[in-house]
Amino acid sequence: MSRTDAGAPEQVSATALTVPDRQRRGLTERLLAVRELSLLIALAALVLVTSVRNDRFLSNQSVKDLLLGCALLVILAVGQTLVIVTRNVDLSVGSILGLVAFATGSLFLAAPGTPWPVALLLGVGLGAMCGVVNGGLIAVARVPALVITLGTLYAFRGVDYYWASGRQINAADMPRSFLRLGNQTLLGVPVLFLVALVVVAAVGFYLRSYRSGRELYAIGSEPAAARLSGIPVGRRVFAVFVANGALAGLAGVLYAARFGTLDAAAGTGLELQVVAAAVVGGVAIFGGSGSAYGAALGAVLLTTIGSSLAVLRIDPFWQQAVVGALILAAIGLDRLLALRTAARLRGRSAHGA
Amino acid sequence: MAHDSLYAAPPRADAEGGAGRLATVRGVLGSWDAVIVVALVVAVLLAGLTVENFATGRNAQFLLLDLVPLALLALPMTLIVVTGEIDLSVASMVGLGSTLMGQLWLSSGLSLELICLLVVLLGAVLGAVNGLFVTGFGLPSLAVTIGTLALYRGLSFVVLGDQAVADFPAGWTAAVVRNIPGTSIPVALVGVLLLALLFGVVLHFTPIGRALYAMGNNDQAATFAGVSVARTKFWLFVVSGAVCGLVGVFWTLRYASARGDNATGLELTVVTAVLLGGVSIFGGRGGLLGVVAGVLLLGVLRNALQLADVDANALTIVTGTLLIVSVVLPNAVADVRARLHRRRQRARPVAP
Repeated sequence: MSRTDAGAPEQVSATALTVPDRQRRGLTERLLAVRELSLLIALAALVLVTSVRNDRFLSNQSVKDLLLGCALLVILAVGQTLVIVTRNVDLSVGSILGLVAFATGSLFLAAPGTPWPVALLLGVGLGAMCGVVNGGLIAVARVPALVITLGTLYAFRGVDYYWASGRQINAADMPRSFLRLGNQTLLGVPVLFLVALVVVAAVGFYLRSYRSGRELYAIGSEPAAARLSGIPVGRRVFAVFVANGALAGLAGVLYAARFGTLDAAAGTGLELQVVAAAVVGGVAIFGGSGSAYGAALGAVLLTTIGSSLAVLRIDPFWQQAVVGALILAAIGLDRLLALRTAARLRGRSAHGA
Repeated sequence: MAHDSLYAAPPRADAEGGAGRLATVRGVLGSWDAVIVVALVVAVLLAGLTVENFATGRNAQFLLLDLVPLALLALPMTLIVVTGEIDLSVASMVGLGSTLMGQLWLSSGLSLELICLLVVLLGAVLGAVNGLFVTGFGLPSLAVTIGTLALYRGLSFVVLGDQAVADFPAGWTAAVVRNIPGTSIPVALVGVLLLALLFGVVLHFTPIGRALYAMGNNDQAATFAGVSVARTKFWLFVVSGAVCGLVGVFWTLRYASARGDNATGLELTVVTAVLLGGVSIFGGRGGLLGVVAGVLLLGVLRNALQLADVDANALTIVTGTLLIVSVVLPNAVADVRARLHRRRQRARPVAP
């Protein structure tokens, strides 16, 4: 877990945590490294096939659209990774995104002169507040996050609808500087995507190199053991939900900047897509393994599939079915990998004895 | 389920309940079931007294008709959640069933009776795919059914695209909304009640039902007790799929329209109703009576608030709050009880 072995992936499986044998860790890491690599290969193959069939797929404009399209999903998937790694799940992210997006629009409507960094901070703050509600309820109720966040999925969305009461906010209501944030490019790369990259790098680094980041994996691997070894499980899980809420808030503000037109339905149904991206990216739904980089790649892959199907003139209705098949393949692959790792480790310890 | 073990299962509030006859009554009724039934009665009375047009036959008919899909889907979902699994693909299976029914009616020339049968069978096959992934390959049902949620919804768009099939025979579409003569109770409700009775008997009065609870409490212990866990769970998913097929048929005829986006998002409402009905997401706890009452409570509240001119979409606040309260409240009560109990025990040695 030292920072020096930069070539190795940052996931360390449950086995590696409990068996701090250097050789075994290397093996486990190599096996799990396959995930990011296989995602990259799948992505490259997809882009290659698509661009051979239609060379405009790799044109500047098309790549820009693609990066712009996946930025929000990447941010949400990375936040969700934090949560899933601890063996929880946050289904309310779509509703938080919608609520924050509408709040941002309303802010500009009420105070047109607000500078956009203030709006950004307020949006992230509101998202974090939603995260506090989630984390607090989970701590109080001691029930799985699935149930609580299913409840807040409805509650936040309901608040959004109640507040909007059928109104719509248009791009004309928002300042130019803010909207430019959503479409501007820096050296040909959309600013939105750069923001997403920063988030990926920050969360990836945190999960890999910080003590509390490693503790999240320990919590997800075996909560009881984590508690016994002195990790403040409750506090960590609470913090994770707040962080995920803040990231969903960030995505909400960026959503407002990107699309300009806002109603209460923004981001409806996004939660399952986000979980799907994380799962495809190798974040085990059981917790305890996965990386922010994998989840981000998963999000990019899902978005790319959407646009390449369109370019390949395949009926766009197939998109969702392909995504579903991909999720099943991804979790099947994980299972296979885990079984093989377990078998190999068992073989080793037999030799050792 | 994957998310269960982070927090220890909540203490049972009614664990030290009365012995003998009282215990069996409690076993059937459970304390949460009673709470939810009382809440339902109160809600109906309040709505009937305060909301205009609530207590009319016509409103009752629509309220009940709207609840049919939710009630039907909640039945197998209850059994699945009791075993500690979950099926999030139900709404997508309803959608695929509906579009397949439309496509077959449009192009196959088969009779509608046969088509309905085929759709129910297709549902069973889709459920079997879920079951195979969960029990055969040993994958978490939450992840599997999120995958098939996308897969089946995608396929339902593949079948019909963005078209809708609406030219079903008027006799059939009228039949599903028909009332029992002389009342304002839809005939379809009789079917729901019969199925609910069937599921209730299986869950509460047969060895299979006991096995489901055993699995939900501890998979391994159930296996050692001679329960074939994998096979039972597989068949539960098949049954869930078949019921989804049935709901697909009902949905299509009720709204006289087969579309790819039919029943989108219904899966979360179904899960909400089941949890509200007192079934623990940990598995191993809960009963069908509570779930039926939970479904009715959701329906009555939504209907009454809609009649009182609350925006239909804002009503999701009610759904969400109810769900949260239903899980937070029992734990809070149990906590207070445990604390009181401890205080009493501490006080005892001091007393003469």
